[in-house]
Amino acid sequence: MGGRAGAPRASGGTTGRERGDRFKRSSMVQLTLVRFREFIREPEAVFWTFIFPILLAAGLGIAFRQRGPDKVLIGVVTSSPGSAAVIQSLAKDSTLVVTAYDDSAAARALRTGKVALLVVPGSAKDSVRYVYDRGRSEAVNARLMVDRAVQIGAGRVDAVRATDTYVTEAGSRYIDFLIPGLLGMNLMGSSIWGLGFSIVTARSKKLLKRLMATPMSRAQYLLSYLCSRLVFLILEVVTLVGFGHWAFGVPLRGSLATLFLICLLAAISFGGLGLLTASRAKTTEAVSGIMNFIMLPMWIFSGVFFSSANFPHTVQPVIKLLPLTAVNDALRANMLEGASLAALSPQLLVIVVWGVVTFFAALKLFRWR
Amino acid sequence: MVTPFDNSAPALRVEGLRKAYDDVVAVDGLNLQVLTGECFGLLGPNGAGKTTTIEICEGLLTADSGSVEVLGRHWESDARDLRELLGIQLQDTQLSEKLTVDETLTLFQSFYRDARDVGEVIDHVDLSEKRYSRVGGLSGGQKQRLAVACALVGNPQLLFLDEPTTGLDPVSRRQLWELISQFQAEGRTIVLTTHYMEEAERLCDRVAIVDHGHVIALGTPQELIDAVDVSHLPPPEPRKTSATLEDVFVSLTGRTLRDE
Repeated sequence: MGGRAGAPRASGGTTGRERGDRFKRSSMVQLTLVRFREFIREPEAVFWTFIFPILLAAGLGIAFRQRGPDKVLIGVVTSSPGSAAVIQSLAKDSTLVVTAYDDSAAARALRTGKVALLVVPGSAKDSVRYVYDRGRSEAVNARLMVDRAVQIGAGRVDAVRATDTYVTEAGSRYIDFLIPGLLGMNLMGSSIWGLGFSIVTARSKKLLKRLMATPMSRAQYLLSYLCSRLVFLILEVVTLVGFGHWAFGVPLRGSLATLFLICLLAAISFGGLGLLTASRAKTTEAVSGIMNFIMLPMWIFSGVFFSSANFPHTVQPVIKLLPLTAVNDALRANMLEGASLAALSPQLLVIVVWGVVTFFAALKLFRWR
Repeated sequence: MVTPFDNSAPALRVEGLRKAYDDVVAVDGLNLQVLTGECFGLLGPNGAGKTTTIEICEGLLTADSGSVEVLGRHWESDARDLRELLGIQLQDTQLSEKLTVDETLTLFQSFYRDARDVGEVIDHVDLSEKRYSRVGGLSGGQKQRLAVACALVGNPQLLFLDEPTTGLDPVSRRQLWELISQFQAEGRTIVLTTHYMEEAERLCDRVAIVDHGHVIALGTPQELIDAVDVSHLPPPEPRKTSATLEDVFVSLTGRTLRDE
């Protein structure tokens, strides 16, 4: 073409340098690189995507960790002669924490909840009185434990010899419930924020309009968000699941390939939702409102921090159809129960349908200017 | 073979262009012809329809009626080709602040089949020292030169510049003038809008003054100046010289250029 001083086109054999050039000159590669750069150079985004979920998991995991058996706090009134024998009997049970009180202090300790139960030894050696609120299960429990210790101390012999075997089941703790929920929430958040915010920012700065004036492919522009999401997705899944596994022993009973497939479908599906939130909004304030409106109900209803089974029976079918519920259920079934891919098909179907419907709705509504 | 560089064919032909928004007619029967190799200026008060006209020519808006022919092509049938051949700078684009100058231009370069070398364009707009700096740290003049660089990197035949020097200091403005003149010296065409009469007189071969959505005067800056009846001018001060393009403007529109 006469008069056009362009770079010569590569043709014929390919050297490494030419391949590198072609890579560099690919608009798909460049658009995806821009997505990376914009993300990595935004320290807040990195914090909320990678660091915050781990801090949250660590905080909640420690707060709700399984401790040994709870200590039972007992008060003994010392005014009666039998109190020394009672205290001696109770000291043999290590779960009982015994404090001695005089009459008035004992009443106050019970009233203020410092002790669950008050033992009043009788004037005669063979009698004892328990003072407690029988509406409180810990007080009833204390009554059983204290009475058993008192009876054994006084010489009772059990008719049946019992031994205890203690178990702690990985997979049934709060942290095991929490990690898949946090992962689902994170997949939703980073897809919706990642697409929604960034596209609306480009639109409000008229950058989208400027790009429309170039020969850039619109499909590639949208695809570049998806490509960069998929790379960050791997990092998100590995950091959060890895942290839960190594720090708290959260089980990974299902196949890792299936786990990754669920995450992949979830990220793509939420990407469609993100695109839909971004399809018309002109300002970042507007899109933030839309995103919170979409995400907040799912944080509550979809079983992130507590089971969605807590909600009434009548709304369960609706809750089951929310995309985050499907993702969380599938992640928990895979990680905690080792469910097979086939067993997860109802959840995967919900995820895919959400993705397809939102994606096409977004394309239909999308405002490129 | 007809090439787009045929000097006898107009680079841009606009006939009977009309565009209305909800309740405002922005462009109302506008006609224009820009010759290949020409630097053509569109002048007019804000709201006169300049930006709407330019954005229709750039393929960013569709007209309600009228025809637009750019480099012998039409947007309806040759959009992809046209996007390759046009260089565009919009009035209000903010490029991503997190990217460097080099990254921004490499991105724009990747969209074009026959693009220029990024380093060469950066040299050309005098941003070599800032090549690896973030866009967010550039001055207003540097950002504007980068916007022009983004328009140049696709190696365009026709350059649309919408108020390229608004808000720039005199030095930055002169740097941009230099760039525009160089582009024209290569035989390529420029269409620009401006509020600065000095700029139009200096750069443009011909100017059109637009008001209420159509062209009310057309000619070389000198022709327009010569046609003004000086006696009707509101005298701001005793004049020693002849009329300026600014006077042409005021006497035709009854407004100053930057009237809202």
